[in-house]
Amino acid sequence: MTNDSNSALVRVRGLKFSHGPRVIYDGIDLDIPRGKVTAILGPSGSGKTTLLRLIGGQWRPSAGQIHFDGTDVHAISRSQLFELRKRMGMLFQNGALLTDLSVFENVAFPLREHTALPEALIRDLVLLKLNAVGLRGARDLYPEQLSGGMSRRVALARAVVLDPQLVMYDEPFTGQDPISMGVLMRLIRSLNDALGLTSIVVSHDVQEVMSIADQVYVIAGGKVLGVGEPDTVRHSESPWVQQFLRGEPDGPVPFHYKAAPYADDLLGAGK
Amino acid sequence: MSVISSFLQSLGRAQFFLFSLLLAVPQTLLRPRLLAQQIYSVGVLSLVIVVLSGSFVGMVLALQFYHTLQLFGSPESLGVAVALAVVREFGPVVTALLFAGRAGSALAAEIGLMKATDQLSGMEMMAVDPMRRVVAPRFLAGLISMPLLAFIFSMMAIGVAGGHAIGVSLLGVDAGSYWAGIRESLEFEDIRQAMIKSLVFGLACSWIAVYQGYHAEPTSGGVARATTNTVVISSLAVLALDFVLTALML
Repeated sequence: MTNDSNSALVRVRGLKFSHGPRVIYDGIDLDIPRGKVTAILGPSGSGKTTLLRLIGGQWRPSAGQIHFDGTDVHAISRSQLFELRKRMGMLFQNGALLTDLSVFENVAFPLREHTALPEALIRDLVLLKLNAVGLRGARDLYPEQLSGGMSRRVALARAVVLDPQLVMYDEPFTGQDPISMGVLMRLIRSLNDALGLTSIVVSHDVQEVMSIADQVYVIAGGKVLGVGEPDTVRHSESPWVQQFLRGEPDGPVPFHYKAAPYADDLLGAGK
Repeated sequence: MSVISSFLQSLGRAQFFLFSLLLAVPQTLLRPRLLAQQIYSVGVLSLVIVVLSGSFVGMVLALQFYHTLQLFGSPESLGVAVALAVVREFGPVVTALLFAGRAGSALAAEIGLMKATDQLSGMEMMAVDPMRRVVAPRFLAGLISMPLLAFIFSMMAIGVAGGHAIGVSLLGVDAGSYWAGIRESLEFEDIRQAMIKSLVFGLACSWIAVYQGYHAEPTSGGVARATTNTVVISSLAVLALDFVLTALML
């Protein structure tokens, strides 16, 4: 167990993973430093969510290791893995709130499952976390009564209610209006700093994530294409990274899906 | 050939699933509130349909048996005929079919939807085993509810709202001989066999429902298929098992 404050909380080495015939990761290395917000950027389908599921031990890599705080996530028993997960929080893209429970009960859920705290203390802890995300007043609502942004804030309160070391955010800004996007950005940054967390934000909203991240990884085609502080990555010489960051329609990632020459198609030579 | 091998594969998967389900059951017994909630939604909420169906089945049986028994000049045997038919066959089987349609489909859809909306994954990431928290309590609730529902079904079919209502109140069979016949002919062995049948059906229906829900494809089509499969497979399993059990126990 390495508890050195300078070491990475999550260390990924030689990670390989495939979905059937499709190779998602072809031997990547990542270091998620403690106390920082690390952004994982990449186009849709580049396996960013997969990475979070691999770190959380829900899926197994075909090769390579993932260490969380010095422990190999995939070399431990199921009960040890569950113990480890109590130190991780994850925010799913859709919030993954339990639809039969109220906002209050959703946030209280991990406490009720893992602790034997008295009801009064559970109430105080839940209200504390709900207050931190600005939804103390929404405690009696049910998930179907919440907007997308509110659901994610409730899920965020739930993810941090056990005071984890690591919080993983899966596409937290997708489909959010500018106000709730701003709220979520500020929350991710302020919760990370106030609670002394380590955060991993997986996203393809480049500018938003770059503005709150301490470190950025750009991943595509199963490889790490760029890594460093946001400014370093912004000035990367990789044409692929530049195309991705600027959102240019054509470049190393072609605008056209692979096809026969256009002239051949028009003249009927192609199929 | 591939149909057979995929059938055997899914049968194997279902057995593994049952095994891990049974491992999770002891922990469920330690959380009686969770279990009580599920018995309420699986069992208590099925009461209306079971009570109504029991009454109607009892009434129809009384009409049919009365008609036939009269040909042989012994309409006073109506109570025995209704009671034996209900306790031995109709009670366990019809209750199980109703259970598959009412509670089994709901279980499969609920678990399937929880999977499709990442609620099960979310629980796993919160270090909560969905097998223990979600699946096992529902399975156990089904197992406990089924014999009780079959018992209530049989009571309704034989009693004053079912066979008795038609036979005694409408067709004029003597109430004394209706009940005396039942008391003399219905043996404890009949009730024991009915309980065994109900338990086996409860195991089969609950197992099929939670398995289908847990392994549903996480799409709307997938959840719909899981629900349909639950009802179809459970119904066939109940009828086939009924034949096997009857052959073994008679």
